[in-house]
Amino acid sequence: MTFALETTGLSKSFGGFEANADVSLSVAKGARHALIGPNGAGKTTFINLLTGVLPPTSGSIRMMGEDVTRVSQQGRVRRGMARTYQINQLFADLSPIETISLAIAEREGSGARWWNRVGKDSAVIDESEALLRRMKLGAMMTRRTATLPYGKQRLLEIALAMACKPKLLLLDEPAAGVPEDERHDVLDSVEALPDDVTVLLIEHDMELVFSFADKISVLVQGALYAEGSVEEISTDPHVKAVYLGEDTHV
Amino acid sequence: MLNKLPEQPASTTEALSPAAFLQAKAAWRWPEILFWISAFGLILLLPNRHLLLNEIAILGLFALSLDLILGYAGIVSLGHAAFFGVGAYAAGLLSKHGISEPVTGLVLSGAIAGLTGFLASFMILRGSDLTRLMVTLGVALILHELANRLDWITGGADGLLGVTIGPIFGRFDFDFAGTTAYVYSLTTTFLLFLLARHVVQSPFGLSLKALKDNRLRASTIGIAPNRRLIAIYTLAAVYAGMAGALLTQTTQFVSLEVLDFARSADALLVLVIGGSGYLYGGLIGAVAFKLMKDVLSAMTPAYWIFWMGFILVILVLIGRDRLMAMLAKPFVPLLRLLGVRRP
Repeated sequence: MTFALETTGLSKSFGGFEANADVSLSVAKGARHALIGPNGAGKTTFINLLTGVLPPTSGSIRMMGEDVTRVSQQGRVRRGMARTYQINQLFADLSPIETISLAIAEREGSGARWWNRVGKDSAVIDESEALLRRMKLGAMMTRRTATLPYGKQRLLEIALAMACKPKLLLLDEPAAGVPEDERHDVLDSVEALPDDVTVLLIEHDMELVFSFADKISVLVQGALYAEGSVEEISTDPHVKAVYLGEDTHV
Repeated sequence: MLNKLPEQPASTTEALSPAAFLQAKAAWRWPEILFWISAFGLILLLPNRHLLLNEIAILGLFALSLDLILGYAGIVSLGHAAFFGVGAYAAGLLSKHGISEPVTGLVLSGAIAGLTGFLASFMILRGSDLTRLMVTLGVALILHELANRLDWITGGADGLLGVTIGPIFGRFDFDFAGTTAYVYSLTTTFLLFLLARHVVQSPFGLSLKALKDNRLRASTIGIAPNRRLIAIYTLAAVYAGMAGALLTQTTQFVSLEVLDFARSADALLVLVIGGSGYLYGGLIGAVAFKLMKDVLSAMTPAYWIFWMGFILVILVLIGRDRLMAMLAKPFVPLLRLLGVRRP
């Protein structure tokens, strides 16, 4: 069986410190897979290895069966990998419609065109508009991103990843810092992600993990500590001890 | 990163459909049209100031070139005169060696400066702003010294003598009042402005803004930064080179001054005065800069640099935004129509 994502013995050391040690993780196609772990467990390093921001010290990464360990960041995006950030990484000066059409144009290979105006390509604009409406951003498509409420910016963060039409989506704490009254919008949009997109969710919020994931992997001190269904993980006494017990997020 | 900035009321844009919004954003506004009509109108209105106006047009084009990399791609430079100088010397040498038709010389000089910019661009792809400041400054210093040493080609410290420029298209001769010069420089600046306006509103231009805004995210959505930065840096070098060529052709002389650090600094000052990232900053800044220089040096011929420095310190300390808001309160709607976000 080919997996959407498969890492084999993936390790990353910074000097003497092993941020990720021998992580072998397989994410089935179409899965809703969650990666949890206490602070400092190496989740962020892991996502940086997957997306190609950092080169691994050893080990390999396969995506849809293809080895992408040496493929550049942009190359992985072209192969269908997209991510969101724990802390918003948006274009403050652009409007959501510009932000999304930028990503769509890039995906379609027309992002470097200089001879026509942004917005001339109606296929791009229509798709952007439809995506923004689906993500409940229809009312503020033309505002400057910096002026959007935080929860809306989180939605745009996810919409921007979706604009790349990913096969594999890495969500890094999508609900982090979202105020209570805007939370359900973010959770709903995560729930509503299309089934053919494989999702790896990196999350602290147990409520979201347990309601969303069908499989959970636990990362502790850079290494995989446990793996199993929601049922198994939520009742595993060891996991409870090292993670759930220490953490007050439950 | 996403700090709150003052914003025009959302209701004005909310009613528009996205396509209409994008179209409206790119549309010509009447103050823009007024600006260019005035610039061309000065051909008739100020017949005895054409030499000064010519200098303003050239400085404006040079600052516009810097704005393309600074205002749109976020590349800081303290050595933009490098490309101005290459263009200026290229135009001079071309005319000395037989190509005396100005437009041909202009295009070739732009191409040579562009090639220089293309080669230099590989050095500014990585590193912080400080690295870029030092690299750009270094490149300009190297070229300055080369021009000084290679005196059998450039004339060294004496300047390049014997530059003779023929009539434009073999028909329009340069005159002592500078009228042909101004028309020529202004037309060139206008045409290049049109192209720049087109480019910054394209998907390519949008991706530059995205890179400037958040390079990390731009990479995550698949934008390869390097090729875009090389492209805009090369284009800016073409523009700067053409500005330099205009100076050579309209003054029929080239000296080491075209590569001076002061020239790079002037372009930056012009953008500080006029604002960057909306294309008109360089042009408006050039007008303000030259007029200030003209007025101040008429008042105090020996000390005008003091007053220039004084005004700049005030400008930066109080903040261009606040100072302009105070001085230009009546003009704010006008500037906004020109496309200034935060005048």
